[in-house]
Amino acid sequence: MSLKEPLHVPCYHCGEPCEGSNIALEDKIFCCEGCKMVYEILNENDLCRYYQLDDQAGISLKGRRQEHYAYLDDKEIREQLIDYSNGEHTRVRFHLPQIHCASCIWLLENLYRLNDGITQSKVHFTKKEIQLSYLESQTSVRKIVELLASIGYAPAINLGDADRPKEKAVSRRLYFQLGVAGFAFGNIMLLSFPEYLGLSSEEDQFFQHIFGYGNILLAIPVVFYSGWDYLRSAALSLRHGHFNMDVPISLGIITLFVRSVFDILTTGGAGYLDSLAGLVFFLLIGKWFQQKTFYHLAFDRDYRSYFPIAALLKDGAGERSVPVQKLDPGQTIIVKNGELVPADGLLVKGGAQIDYSFVTGEAEPVHIPIGEKLYAGGRQVGERIEVTLTKKVSQSYLTQLWNDEAFQKDEDSTTQRLADKVGRYFTFIILLVSFATLAYWLPRDLSIAINAFTAVLIVACPCAVALAVPFTFGNSIRILAHNQFFLKNIHVLEGLRNIQSIVFDKTGTLTGVRHTEGQYVGEALHALEKQMVQSLVRQSAHPASQQLDQWLGNTGGPLEISQFEEIAGQGVQGVADGRQIQVGSRTFTGAPPTAGEGVFIRIDGDIKGRFEMGSRYRLGLEEVVQSLKTRYRLFLLSGDNDRERAHLEPIFGGKDALLFQQSPGEKLQFVKKLQADGKKVCMIGDGLNDAGALRQSDTGIVLTENTNNFTPASDAILHAGQFHRLPLLLDFARKNIHLVYAAYSFAVAYNIIGLSFAVQGTLSPVVAAILMPASSITIVLFGVLSSNLLARKMQLHIWGDKNQSIV
Amino acid sequence: MKIILLLIFISLIVALGFLGAFFWAVRSGQYEDEYTPSIRILLDDEPSSQNDNPATSKK
Repeated sequence: MSLKEPLHVPCYHCGEPCEGSNIALEDKIFCCEGCKMVYEILNENDLCRYYQLDDQAGISLKGRRQEHYAYLDDKEIREQLIDYSNGEHTRVRFHLPQIHCASCIWLLENLYRLNDGITQSKVHFTKKEIQLSYLESQTSVRKIVELLASIGYAPAINLGDADRPKEKAVSRRLYFQLGVAGFAFGNIMLLSFPEYLGLSSEEDQFFQHIFGYGNILLAIPVVFYSGWDYLRSAALSLRHGHFNMDVPISLGIITLFVRSVFDILTTGGAGYLDSLAGLVFFLLIGKWFQQKTFYHLAFDRDYRSYFPIAALLKDGAGERSVPVQKLDPGQTIIVKNGELVPADGLLVKGGAQIDYSFVTGEAEPVHIPIGEKLYAGGRQVGERIEVTLTKKVSQSYLTQLWNDEAFQKDEDSTTQRLADKVGRYFTFIILLVSFATLAYWLPRDLSIAINAFTAVLIVACPCAVALAVPFTFGNSIRILAHNQFFLKNIHVLEGLRNIQSIVFDKTGTLTGVRHTEGQYVGEALHALEKQMVQSLVRQSAHPASQQLDQWLGNTGGPLEISQFEEIAGQGVQGVADGRQIQVGSRTFTGAPPTAGEGVFIRIDGDIKGRFEMGSRYRLGLEEVVQSLKTRYRLFLLSGDNDRERAHLEPIFGGKDALLFQQSPGEKLQFVKKLQADGKKVCMIGDGLNDAGALRQSDTGIVLTENTNNFTPASDAILHAGQFHRLPLLLDFARKNIHLVYAAYSFAVAYNIIGLSFAVQGTLSPVVAAILMPASSITIVLFGVLSSNLLARKMQLHIWGDKNQSIV
Repeated sequence: MKIILLLIFISLIVALGFLGAFFWAVRSGQYEDEYTPSIRILLDDEPSSQNDNPATSKK
């Protein structure tokens, strides 16, 4: 076989280039047997429309390891996954990270054509989730999962699924409340027409009367259903002795309602019920606007979202699957290639090559000799190993981090929010003004006194103030999401402005895991040799092989490899084009001990050279650090040894800012220590080992290359590609507070106008009905427009598809 | 002029109907997934040239 002219032939199934592939069916060419098999399944079942619906249909099965789903036959494990079952009809949900296009939806919703037992399947695209109903008599969870895996959609099943609430009750309450308030608002305005038009003939008086009663009926659900949460929250905060924003709001709602009902029943006046309904309606819209859910992200994951649900227990002579929570110290489990070690243990059999990248961010697997300790969270690469456990899953070196008190406390209760602080002053001022008004009028005229007193409470109701934060911050977190900086909620944005110290993790945060670049040392390889080496390493899923593959770039099509062999922990070898190639460790290739470190390449018995894997720092690291240093105190914590100290010290400046060989627990303690000094700390990390520090910090930001990947619990997620813009994004978050202050001053101006009517006892329902919506709408428009304007000035993206941008 | 009472009454009934429709929409989960249905609506029809007897949906 000779060097082939590269032809650009995409695989019919997955679309990846498959030059030189001889796997074909009729006129269709496939990159691998897996893809061909999927095509055959789909073709047999008349599902080939899959390929026409979307250009990007088809998921490559290359390098996909064979999962074993035998554990799904275990009743105990199965029951943890199932949402609902009555013995015959069963409902189950799976997370399918592969969902990416219209074809996926079509195929997955046509699953019943591949398995008769499936009665319904429904895809939630943004959550990348499928909900399936099936008949127990005809199929099983295992069969369905195997079917999904066989067509390229292997479900992500992990320990977190077992603990999740069954069929979580989605909060639809806000929608109902909003619907009721909107309905009442519109109809009360309709019924208030006689008042708006100032009609005063006798017949009009009659209408006004009837309509007044109608308005009361409409307003009752507004107060007691739509506005109930405000009243309850106000009562709760009063009981705890502190005023939040809901106190003046509730004061306004109650006064509006009581005064209006009184007016209508006694004097036949119109009351302020239209203002009341409008107020509640706008408040609820603000509440809805600030709740932005990023479905494709999870801010609350812990190790369970990453750990397997079952382990293979060695039980006497046999093997059986058990739920990992049931594993006890002393038991021996089997961990196969690509599987995760669920609890700390000692290696008793097999060659362990453990990839701790999710735990530490370190890309290179570690070789563990027999009898040595394995830590939970590492992934075995290579042959199957046997491990005798020394700890329970929840008590392991890594997982015990979650037993720290930092994970017990309720995060939200610790932050003092701006709106609540403003609310406190607001309540105070309103009460002051209203009682002053009362005191002024009481000796002069009782009815004006009552009138003016209630009018002050009504008009001062801080609807506009309460809307400033939801709309300004709510819009800003949308803008930040367009820039691939995802905040959990608006309170995170508020918290960012107080940050004084930023703590970085090193591996995986300042260095990119995937972008590690290598360096080749030795005799230069010519084109055919490069092609041979690449063809060989492509057969292996080892990270070093993948890195080498990437580094080699496009060398032409893959050559046929015969006598391929992968020796776990050592390397790969095979014969291409009649020549023997070995790629692997020094001992594997037989290179002299003086040759240095790295992956050695040996062709036909000659050591050609070695490939050094390097770790590259993220783009713009120096600029980012320089820019952040002017405002924040910076620290660096690394679980790694300090070989990079010389490189990092000049960037960070100061020896004490860098700490190496930090355990997950020490990272957490470091953040705690900074906080004890009264500092507000922002932790930026990526791996599970940062989870404690992320949680303990005031704002935890996770950096990730791909949001489908595991990210530990955090307040914010930043796409790694945006790292160089971090100072800009933080700056934007910080400047937002000025917009809120500006919105507040608008609200105060409106209030002063309203109050000037109110204290004189001349606030007519019409004035209130105009003033309140006008101020609310002004604030809404100001909040949205000003944050957009600020973003444009700072050259941030304002538009873009936030769901797709990060996939 | 009294007829206006009847008209208002009818308009309230109609508005209640819309409120009921909104409730039904929320309850049936239409506000939980705002993206997938927009794609799904484009997928239902099988092209007749490809497939002579389109499979009927079980849903």
